[in-house]
Amino acid sequence: MKESLEALRAEFAYEKTNSCVQCGYCLPVCPTYASMGKETHSPRGRINLVKMVGEGRITDLSVLEEPLDLCLGCRNCETACPTGVEYGVILEAARAALVRRKTFSAPVRMLRNTMFTKVFPSKKMMKLAGNALWLYEKTGLQTAIRKSGLLNKLPYHMGAFEAITPGAASPAERKQMPQRIQAKGQAKYTVAFFTGCIMDAMFQRINRLSVQLLAAAGCNVVIVSEQTCCGALQAHAGEMAEARKLAKRNIAAFEKEEVDFIVNNAGGCGAALYEYAHLLADEPEWSKRAQAFTEKSRDISQVLAVCGGLHLQPRSGERVTYQPSCHLTNVQRVTREPLELIRSVPGIEFIEMGQAHMCCGSAGIYNLVHYEQSMDILDEKMKYTKATKADVVITTNPGCLLQMKMGIGREGQATSIRAVHLVEYLAEAAGIS
Amino acid sequence: MVLNRKQIEEIRTIIKSGQVLTEESDRYSYSFDASFGTYLPDAVVQTKSVDELIALVKLANRELIPIYPRGQSTSLSGGPLPVQGGIVLDLSVMNDILEIDEEDLVAIVSPGVLTSAIHKAAEEKGLFYPPDPSSSHVSTIGGNLAENSGGPRGLKYGVTKDYVIGLEVITPEGELIRTGGRTVKNVTGYDLTKLIVGSEGTLGIITRAILRLLPKPPASETVMITFDSLVDAGRAISRILSSGILPAKMELMDQASIVAVENYEPSNLPVDAEAIILLELDGHPMAIKDEVEKVAALCEAVGARNVRIPKNAAEKADIWRARKLVSPAIVRIKPTKISEDATVPRSKIPDMCARLQEIRKKYNIHLVVFGHAGDGNLHPNIIADKRDKEEMHRVEQAVAEIFAAALELGGTLSGEHGIGTMKAPFMEMELGAVGLDMMKRIKQVWDPNNIMNPGKIFPEPGQKLELT
Ligand SMILES: Cc1cc2nc3c(=O)[nH]c(=O)nc-3n(C[C@H](O)[C@H](O)[C@H](O)COP(=O)(O)OP(=O)(O)OC[C@H]3O[C@@H](n4cnc5c(N)ncnc54)[C@H](O)[C@@H]3O)c2cc1C
Ligand code: SF4
Ligand code: SF4
Repeated sequence: MKESLEALRAEFAYEKTNSCVQCGYCLPVCPTYASMGKETHSPRGRINLVKMVGEGRITDLSVLEEPLDLCLGCRNCETACPTGVEYGVILEAARAALVRRKTFSAPVRMLRNTMFTKVFPSKKMMKLAGNALWLYEKTGLQTAIRKSGLLNKLPYHMGAFEAITPGAASPAERKQMPQRIQAKGQAKYTVAFFTGCIMDAMFQRINRLSVQLLAAAGCNVVIVSEQTCCGALQAHAGEMAEARKLAKRNIAAFEKEEVDFIVNNAGGCGAALYEYAHLLADEPEWSKRAQAFTEKSRDISQVLAVCGGLHLQPRSGERVTYQPSCHLTNVQRVTREPLELIRSVPGIEFIEMGQAHMCCGSAGIYNLVHYEQSMDILDEKMKYTKATKADVVITTNPGCLLQMKMGIGREGQATSIRAVHLVEYLAEAAGIS
Repeated sequence: MVLNRKQIEEIRTIIKSGQVLTEESDRYSYSFDASFGTYLPDAVVQTKSVDELIALVKLANRELIPIYPRGQSTSLSGGPLPVQGGIVLDLSVMNDILEIDEEDLVAIVSPGVLTSAIHKAAEEKGLFYPPDPSSSHVSTIGGNLAENSGGPRGLKYGVTKDYVIGLEVITPEGELIRTGGRTVKNVTGYDLTKLIVGSEGTLGIITRAILRLLPKPPASETVMITFDSLVDAGRAISRILSSGILPAKMELMDQASIVAVENYEPSNLPVDAEAIILLELDGHPMAIKDEVEKVAALCEAVGARNVRIPKNAAEKADIWRARKLVSPAIVRIKPTKISEDATVPRSKIPDMCARLQEIRKKYNIHLVVFGHAGDGNLHPNIIADKRDKEEMHRVEQAVAEIFAAALELGGTLSGEHGIGTMKAPFMEMELGAVGLDMMKRIKQVWDPNNIMNPGKIFPEPGQKLELT
């Protein structure tokens, strides 16, 4: 099928590539350029490929597939770009355009479809997954399977991840999460808490601690029950229609409550919520509502900081370092608050990690679908992590948390270094369990 | 396609430790630089092995396959573009040697080492590698050597060529030679080192370099001077330079660049001024203090509106940050930037400023002037939109006239970006037919089969500047 260049240009966000002056300033900050060592896997290279499509020089669109697939979407390149190229928009548009044309093999299509439209967005499915995980752990099946070596045979290196997944919450614990929590003392703000799909299923403890921390800092917390998955994984995989659908469901759900902020505790989800305004900008009946949603959306560190921090117990002589989430840093541009909160813990020694701004290689489901590439990136990250000689690595996103645990495991340092979510660490220091 | 399948196979047998890339996605990714034009190479080769490179060049020389050395492709003149197809050689992967020898005061480097890495390594030992192109955190030393790159510090410290004392080079016929050495003084025979520096990859592949280092200056101070007239600013520049004071940097921003920066990110610059000059003085703290006062008095004498000396490190950093913002700020006006580096003798800076203003009016173009004023390297930048053919045509004419103006004033086509493909059509204008022919003859002797970076520096018959 011969498509008109005009249509291709619009679909691929070609206009946005015009602001790239090919200066290469983005090369040193791109983790895939560093690990894969060729221009094809650099931001400048990827933008150029899209440009070539728009100029009619590349007609076989499959040429773009691998370079775009192997992009982490960490958007570190945007922070280095002197001319403000909107790389995220270019990447998203190109991925969606490729997905639209792609004929996935039947099983892959089914898996994509099930995961993106049925599993992540469904409370019930995620709950089921969470329960299954809990059952699997409690029944001893886990020990048996781990022993059997069967895990190494799982597709997508699921085995490697299984070993580091946290203990799931029991169905009973799961139910305990109340709908409304009162602030301790005088309420400063009323906030709605975004539970997230994976966070809710696998990291329920972190969610529970988040809500308790918010209350301790002086927030009335509401948990809106109709909320759903943020849509980040769908958007990154080029499933834009699905991402938009989820965004609308969330906007409608959160509009029902009168709150000051919509708080999340996962950098990746937060970035998706933060970009709803952009995602729905072209839909007149939604753009204003999306804008309002985005304006209220905050990372938990921001809210804890505006509340004036927490009352924390001193800890003795712990060395702590911080691996920021790319999406928190590069998309939401939240950098100050997490550091302030960490530094506010009395008695610790904070050591900044070298190359902290480089992605750890988790990047949504990147570490599942591009396991080898992700591990190369992780190994590089671990060099800098080890150099800090820290006892604790703090993260701000569930994916990064798992990835750092994985990295620590790969280095055989699981007994000397621990990786925790910022929320867990603050809860510990605040005496909340 | 220049390469046939058999040749590609042979290349693959030569490059054992590296990679030979021939996928379309890879070929497109090595088809551009930071200037204009897209040219597809047939293959891209990456290897750290000098022996493999030697064998590759021998093959290319035998089979008449063009080879284009490439660093990180930040060239603004078309230097690494594979204009005739063939092999792009990605030398950025050769980045493992970076030794600082404190006794000999030299750095020994592989060509793919980033310039900023050399700055850092030298600084860690209290030393200093002066050449500092704005692209230093991305560009390779190999690219800097091939382009003879400069930077703001060129005024006092010179450019890349002033710091290279020895090279290891693969000739276009596939032989390995060493030029110069690790002594600052060296007069044995022809100075091939200087010939290769600035030869833009047309005389061979630089595989290693010995660079001279200096002790780090103990202190530095910044001064910002505001002018109501661009020509006055030009005059102040010449006056300072003829007063015996040699600043480390002397940068100029005209009104268009001031306004662009303020619109992009408010930086407390005077938007109603016609120009500002930013100075950095370095050396002994007492001497600098004295020089700052002299500079202030001199500028006030030629009619400066205001002289500002930042009170602390943060204010100092803000001032230099504003200068760095010019480039990004101006492309927000229109997307296409034609960055020229025509250079004039210092005494002619005011005349050049006046000529540039005329050219801006005559062709009705968006011309911004900023850059390394102290060494006459003014960097007139034209901001346009390459989709607008009519505008681009006017730009082409304006560029030609800028070159003519610079040459008339006794200057040169390029102060630091090199000739590449972009300025080749104007070479004869500067060198004359015989001068250009002398250079061509040197090229012929070095590279009888014209395989090393063909299509650069020397114009093809009838070649014109084309930006569309
Ligand atoms: C935003 C921006 C700012 C810039 N600022 C400055 C500045 O202040 N001063 C300045 O001088 N330049 C500047 N430049 C231009 C450019 O960065 C320099 O010319 C730089 O030296 C190019 O280095 P590179 O590694 O990118 O080389 P490339 O662009 O890849 O190649 C440049 C040339 O060198 C040749 N080459 C590369 N490696 C070798 C080798 N090992 N052996 C033989 N030949 C080789 C190539 O064939 C080509 O001709 C700027 C560019 C940009 C985009
Ligand atoms: S998003 Fe990250 S991985 Fe992708 S090009 Fe940008 S910096 Fe590289
Ligand atoms: S830094 Fe920006 S303008 Fe420069 S190459 Fe990267 S994306 Fe393009």
